[in-house]
Amino acid sequence: MKNPYLPMPMRIERIGVETSDGNIKTFTLSFIRDEDRQAFRFIPGQFAEVGVFGKGEAPFGIASSPLETERVAFTVNKVPGGVVTTALHAARVGDIVGMRGPLGNGFPVRAMEGHDVVIIGGGFAFTILRSLVAYLIHPSNRECYGRIQVVYGAREPGLLLYKDELAAWQKRQDLELTLTVDRCTAADEWTGCVGVVPRIVEEIKPEAAKAFAVICGPPVMIRFTLPVLEKLGFAPERVLLSLEMRMKCGIGMCGRCNIGHKYVCKDGPVFTLAELSELPAEY
Amino acid sequence: MIINKSDIAAFLDSFRDEYRVFAPAVADGVSGYRILTAGSELTWQGLNTQRPPKEVLFPQSERLYSYEIGANGVQISAHYDDRKKVVFGIRPCDARSFHYLDYVFLGQEYQDVYYRKRRENTLLIGMACLEPAKTCFCTSLGGGPFATDGLDLLWVDLGDRYLVQVLTPQGKALVASKPFFSPASEADYRAAAAAEARARAQMLPALDLSRVKPWLDAGFNAPFWERVSEKCIGCAVCTYLCPTCHCFDLSDEAATDRFLAGVRIRTWDTCAFPLFTLHASGHNPRPTGKERFRQRVMHKFCYFVQNWGEAACVGCGRCVVNCPVNLDIREVLAQIAVQDAGAGMGQ
Repeated sequence: MKNPYLPMPMRIERIGVETSDGNIKTFTLSFIRDEDRQAFRFIPGQFAEVGVFGKGEAPFGIASSPLETERVAFTVNKVPGGVVTTALHAARVGDIVGMRGPLGNGFPVRAMEGHDVVIIGGGFAFTILRSLVAYLIHPSNRECYGRIQVVYGAREPGLLLYKDELAAWQKRQDLELTLTVDRCTAADEWTGCVGVVPRIVEEIKPEAAKAFAVICGPPVMIRFTLPVLEKLGFAPERVLLSLEMRMKCGIGMCGRCNIGHKYVCKDGPVFTLAELSELPAEY
Repeated sequence: MIINKSDIAAFLDSFRDEYRVFAPAVADGVSGYRILTAGSELTWQGLNTQRPPKEVLFPQSERLYSYEIGANGVQISAHYDDRKKVVFGIRPCDARSFHYLDYVFLGQEYQDVYYRKRRENTLLIGMACLEPAKTCFCTSLGGGPFATDGLDLLWVDLGDRYLVQVLTPQGKALVASKPFFSPASEADYRAAAAAEARARAQMLPALDLSRVKPWLDAGFNAPFWERVSEKCIGCAVCTYLCPTCHCFDLSDEAATDRFLAGVRIRTWDTCAFPLFTLHASGHNPRPTGKERFRQRVMHKFCYFVQNWGEAACVGCGRCVVNCPVNLDIREVLAQIAVQDAGAGMGQ
């Protein structure tokens, strides 16, 4: 019987500093055991518990593409006072960490087939959206989806993640990427939009009729984007959100991440707006 | 079957080579299910122990695995407890609590291997409650002083002997393997039936909980929660001592200062504490006592019912007896039952 509490040992293969403030790093992990590498398959939007031995575990959305089966990447924001994120940020290439997963439901990529996809991300929450975009635009999947629009915002240019990838996406014909920042200075040499994400979405006016919208970002961004989507005609059943909660077990047993009778770890983290409106607003 | 009281110590001792026997006992001033080293240690005369027997299957603190990082990578070894166990003298309400823990630990996509190994290796010998306490309300939740759910055997105290009701194949095999049992007489059965009738008559009338779940479904935002939670001091004794509360924390303890060896620990945790849900960002979805108290009631009498079809309460009364401010869950339920339908509607 599989023991869901035992972590897979993983080796840190690469550490990339994502943001100008140095607080966000991407850790690329490789499997130490062959059987783990062969068994680990996930869908975008799923997460894993990443642990530093002796320090503890924390849940992180998987940032890498599901079609990349050799490695798994996590982008980790160093939280003041956060034991695990601080320990991860102090880790070095070659160090061994633990990983349990994949956990949670992920995005309904099958149900989204045949639809346009509008992806709206803000700040550090873009990690799982990167995984989703990578999945959608992969040659084996791209034709299953219609128009793909991505709006991604950060407070300032230096805080955008995955800059090399964003530059590559901007050159693609089959992906409409809009980058925006809340503010910038001349020194940033910023050529994208300036303005908060909800306003940019309002300006772009994505077509709602055949589309799914996917939103990940800080609560304030979500709060102001939802009315915009509603005005554009997005049905609550086709608006997808990924929630964050304090978690421990990740498998619906330790009892802390529930919203009403649903557990974010196993019933989520992805919920439709329609599902969330049935639950108490306790998140 | 019948077993004489004079044989009890020998009966318990007969397990010793093969089983660990857990029975109600007092240690350090607190009663709970403790490992008996000799049958003669059994002196418990009370009804429910302070600590629930859930810790036999789900210890308050346990090591899930050890790790050691060396030149060849990391070695991870799980710590399983698959020793055979007997819980002797468990009360019918507590035996039913295991059924609720089963939903959580065994009824989902993943299995809790630690719980499962203990559960599969544990026999439950129940003791019928001849004199239910004023704080007992098992009959409000589908139980009873002579309820048999989850038990392998139910024993009924008939003065100088126990009537033994055999409930499972495992119970039958147990009775057959021990030399202490003899057939019961017609009079023994009549005496047990009379004892059951007396015990039932002694129970306070069952609460009518039929209106509780429907009100809770719509009552999340009701002003009621503000009022009812006011005197709760958040000490969490109700959840720690609850036989059905299953929430836990996971943490690491490093055995060396360079973190090259250590253990992953699981400990009971509780929705009554603010840290339980505190995000790393500082945001807390349940920031005050009101939300936390509501969560406890909602989880037991609304969410659990929605997920598993039954309320996560067996009516043992521990939370009633041990609450330092006399916040009685029965009164809370009774108040909910008379709330206006729809009083808490809306988000």
